[in-house]
Amino acid sequence: MLRRIELVQGHWDTNDAVGELARSVPDAGGIASFVGKVRHDDAVEALELLHYEKLTLPGIQELAETVSRRWTLEGLVIMHRVGVMHVGEPIVLVSAAAKHRREAIEAVDFTMDHLKSDSWFWKREKRADGWHWIEPRERDHSDLARWG
Amino acid sequence: MAVKLVFLGKLADLAGADEREVPGPLDWLGLLDQLEAPLAEELRKDRTRIAVNGELVADKAALDAGDGDEVALLPPVSGG
Repeated sequence: MLRRIELVQGHWDTNDAVGELARSVPDAGGIASFVGKVRHDDAVEALELLHYEKLTLPGIQELAETVSRRWTLEGLVIMHRVGVMHVGEPIVLVSAAAKHRREAIEAVDFTMDHLKSDSWFWKREKRADGWHWIEPRERDHSDLARWG
Repeated sequence: MAVKLVFLGKLADLAGADEREVPGPLDWLGLLDQLEAPLAEELRKDRTRIAVNGELVADKAALDAGDGDEVALLPPVSGG
């Protein structure tokens, strides 16, 4: 199975990554992709995502292992931005290729729920009066409970 | 040689730096002793975790770090 798990510094083109996946697994019956972007908010000037070298990428690799055991995939891409980013820029790309659509769609949904609640990222927003740390959201944890 | 402390997220703001070196060996009480009150208070919270050399410590009170180890102080994640 093709697997690409990366932390990305600086702007990147998510379409390129999905295109590469599609070319690498020409026999896949379907590819499901999710791109998370920095949401527009008048009060927010920038967003920064911090990570910890020794935990963040290894944690995402472990998540990819779990996903690969749970669904039969032909390819899985998980790319996550770190550093400072602005409105409209992509933060995360999850793309799964499988023989059948349901496996691809569920694998992406599962991966996103786990990335949102479980992964080692700390986020802060720059507002007019400076940087503010973002506290964990309860919703992210209830999303995770869907998967039992 | 010493123990390297790594402060993540808002703990880095409280510490005024991303990293700090302290003398080893270092156990839980020794670590709390090394930290200013606001940092120690955050560290005592259940949701603040510790990792030694990239391995999460299940029970913070059982922390046992020596010279050359990297001890990361991890506040709750905000999610990806």
